[in-house]
This record gives sequence, C-alpha cells and structure tokens, in this order.
Amino acid sequence: MLTGLWTSPSGSDEYVLGFDAGRARRVLVARGLFDEGNKLRHFTVEVMRRLDAAGVDCFLPDLPGTNESLLPLADQTLDSWREAINAAATHFRATHVLAIRGGALIAPAVLPNIHYAPASGASLLRSMLRAQVIAAREAGQSETREDLFERGRIEGLRLAGYKLGPEMIAGLEQAQLVDGQAIEIAQGDIGGGGLWLRAEPSHDAGQADRLANRILGHLQ
Amino acid sequence: MATNLPAPTEQAEDTDLILRLVLADVLGLSAERIAELDAESGLFGDLPELDSMAVAGLLTELEDRLDIIIDDEDVDGEMLETFGGLRSFLAGKRAVG
Repeated sequence: MLTGLWTSPSGSDEYVLGFDAGRARRVLVARGLFDEGNKLRHFTVEVMRRLDAAGVDCFLPDLPGTNESLLPLADQTLDSWREAINAAATHFRATHVLAIRGGALIAPAVLPNIHYAPASGASLLRSMLRAQVIAAREAGQSETREDLFERGRIEGLRLAGYKLGPEMIAGLEQAQLVDGQAIEIAQGDIGGGGLWLRAEPSHDAGQADRLANRILGHLQ
Repeated sequence: MATNLPAPTEQAEDTDLILRLVLADVLGLSAERIAELDAESGLFGDLPELDSMAVAGLLTELEDRLDIIIDDEDVDGEMLETFGGLRSFLAGKRAVG
C-alpha cells in the first residue's frame, strides 16, 4: 500500500492511498461523502486490499477540503469535487471508477462506473439535517429541517460537524443519481446491513469479500 | 371477500421485524441481542452509541423500508425512549400511511 500526494485542479496537494503496480486495470475510488465516508473508510480500504490481491491497481484520493487538505471544506461544491476527481482519474490513469454511496454523485462519467449502494444528494442531506434537528432539540432548541435548509442555502451550515457552503447544500438537494450510467451493486447483493448505517465506524470482512468479488466480476 | 391487504396483525409483526433489523444494522448487534429487545428496552438515552447522527440514520432508514414519512415534530424523547415506544409510533404511521 502506498500513500502519496496528487495535485488537485485548485493547485492544492491532496493525499492519496493506493495500490499501484502498473497493472492494466486501475480503479479510482470515489469514497462516500461526509460522515458516511468516515464510517466506510476501513471497509473501503479493505475492499481495495482485496482488489490489489486480485491484481487490480486502485486509488483512493482525498477530496479537497477533507481530511488533511489545506483547503476549507466550506469553499467546496459538488462541482469542485467533480473537477477534482476527474483530474485524479487522469492523474492516476484510471480505467474504471468505483463509487461508494454519495461518491456516485461526483464520479467521472467518462469512465466505466461501478456504484456500490449509491445515495442521492437529497437523501444524504435529509439525514444530516435531521441529525442537526435532533442535536438542537437535545440542546433545548427547536429547529426544523425546512428552516435549516433555507438558512443553509443562503449562508451555509455546519451539519454533523461538517461546515458546508451554500452551494454545496443547494447542490446536494439537487444531485440525483443517473439511471443506467453505471453498474450498480446494491446492499442486498452483498448481504448484511450497510456499514454506513452503523452508529460507530465498523468493518465486516465477509461483506468486503463479497463486494470485492462482485467488482472483480464486473472488471473482467 | 378476497383482499390483497395484509391483516393488521401481519403488518404489526412485520413492523417489529423491520425495526429489529434496522436496529441491528445501526447498532451492529447480534441476532441474539436484537431478539432480546422488548417493549421496555431503552434506546435513545440508554445506548450511548445512539447519538443524533445515528438516530437520524435510523429514522431515515426506517422511512425508506417502511415507506413512511417521519416529520420533525414527531421526533421526541418519548418516541425514541424505548423499543416499544418506537414500534408503536411506526405502527401508527403505517396504519395512516
């Protein structure tokens, strides 16, 4: 496993974790977004280890504004992430894209896409707004998702610990999954509960085996 | 008279099962632990891992699986306090939905 840097279109250096042995099949991984990305991080890397063991190169670039990125998350938009991941695909000479959950919303359509349990922007936003409403209620404040969304669309919002700019919030509300553009692997194909639902980040080796096998089947 | 609608008791059992499945997914509990949940089992407030983000994920997943909509006003301490309380709330939503 290698870690390194790649230069995003904004000029910032971002981390990448990857397995690169110059092999023919090179998969760019578009990770889950926000909290789901954290919860799925271990699982995502375990799936990559299995792809590597099966002879497939794969790359997990950090998006600008996430992890150790020097760029503020609040300045990022779905479009800036689309540009970034497109540039990463070129940089790593990717032949395929594996998008996980909300990663499907930013995956480069120019490459063959495999989407695992893709999530629409509206459903990601719904969960994050709801978490904020529940947290506010615990703190004795009364807020509604509608009010939060309206405020967020104008001035941005901190949701589930992530400071999102107004364009990101409006973009998520609009971002739909496009049918028929990708091979879809549903959670039901893998079995077990989706790990992004877990209250604590977790891992499931059996699920990683089954997802990696499905992906490999589609890469043949 | 023939009907395709499930009898109310079947729907109630189904609600119970789906709630247990979703809780298992969210809490990462074994089938044995999940089977042990009864009406009095404490949820929000009793289970430290069930924070606001996890509850939000739980409710959103329940909406999708039960085909209901849970309004912000519905979400309060009482509804989330116990397994039985949440189950009754969901059964009520399905009955009207």
